[in-house]
Amino acid sequence: MGFLQTVWTIARKDLVIEARSRELAYTTLFFAVSVVLVFSFSFVVEGVALTDAASGILWVAIAFSGTLALGRTFERERQADTLKALLLSPVERPAIYLGKLAGVLLLMLVVEAVVAPVVGLLFQAPIGRAPLLLVGLLMAGTLGFAAVGTLFAAMLIRAQSRDVLLPVLLYPITVPLVIAGVRGTAAILAVEPNLAVAQAWLSMLVFFDAVFVTLALWVFGPVMGE
Amino acid sequence: MPSRSKLIPGLLAVAAVMFAAAPFLIDAAPYEASMGLIQRIFYYHVPSAIVMFLSAFVCGIASAVYMAKRSPGADATAVSAAELVVVFGLIVLVTGPIWARKAWGVWWQWDARLTSALVLWLIFVSYMMLRRFAGAGSEMLAAAVGVFGMANVPFVYWSVNVWRTIHPNTNVVKSLSPEMRLPFAWCAVAFLILYVALLLTRLRLERSQMALEAAYAEIED
Repeated sequence: MGFLQTVWTIARKDLVIEARSRELAYTTLFFAVSVVLVFSFSFVVEGVALTDAASGILWVAIAFSGTLALGRTFERERQADTLKALLLSPVERPAIYLGKLAGVLLLMLVVEAVVAPVVGLLFQAPIGRAPLLLVGLLMAGTLGFAAVGTLFAAMLIRAQSRDVLLPVLLYPITVPLVIAGVRGTAAILAVEPNLAVAQAWLSMLVFFDAVFVTLALWVFGPVMGE
Repeated sequence: MPSRSKLIPGLLAVAAVMFAAAPFLIDAAPYEASMGLIQRIFYYHVPSAIVMFLSAFVCGIASAVYMAKRSPGADATAVSAAELVVVFGLIVLVTGPIWARKAWGVWWQWDARLTSALVLWLIFVSYMMLRRFAGAGSEMLAAAVGVFGMANVPFVYWSVNVWRTIHPNTNVVKSLSPEMRLPFAWCAVAFLILYVALLLTRLRLERSQMALEAAYAEIED
């Protein structure tokens, strides 16, 4: 089986499980929308959202719901000890990592496809202003977040107090991604949009992605035990 | 190792003498026109920051070595360096706002360099939490965090040039008047010597713990 085929097989396994139970999609989505609602109480003053609040709330919802999805994805693998079976199977470690990453990434993107319009609707944010750029920012930011998250969630699978440790480790390290995502999105959604600034943040996100994915691929093998 | 056991007290003695002499040297340096007395915190703030970044690199490199070779010495170095990042980072994060209160009128600014120094510090606090709470086998997991923590350091350091900032530029050290340069260099060296002494002490403790655990394991067998 080729490398890419292995990646796809592992990702498809997760997606089939998810398509049958829809547990993660429903819970994560509901959670993300609740987060948006809770933040709206703080950042909507007299019916008008504060400057740049929409982009901040969007990314906070993504980060929070992503953490939830990551934790649950690997909790599934832990309960039936299936991650061990995956690691014992004769496939390369990077292929396992990329397969899990693809599954998490797709799920998070589905959630974002719903949450971004909800934020646009509730905060009067013009999300249709530069759709390709916004999609680019969301995809690049999510890729970086999921890349670090998949690595950490996988390595914490055998650790104690993994539920609290995942966000504790994940948020400080993904801060550059969140800053770039929030500032880039804010540049698009602002009253006076600045698309050149958004593009600069997008290229920075792509750079972060390259660094984080490369590092994670190298680290995944030793961390999961050879 | 007798040489090692004499090295640490020696380094500590040199650092103690240098720190005792530092206030006199700083006092002899001219007052900075606009900041006055509070500028002098710079002689402790910047060396602590240098040591903090240095220690983050030591931890990251030791983590990478541990990941590649699985040598216990590298892991001991990584955990010792990570603890010192937290300690010196605390000095940076306490002295910085004291200076900022006078210079900017506020204790904290969400400036790029302040934020990124705080983020770096948080990464290493989370590293310590991982080691403390993750249970058996946390060494390898911590090594992964160490490697990612080091990878974040360049983002931290160059952020000042990429993002707009109000923090004094990195060129400020070069622009110091000659009378200020001596106490600054003196303090930087004192902090470095203190850092090396603390790192070696912490490493010795880690080695003793490893030896103790090995001895316990031997008894139980």
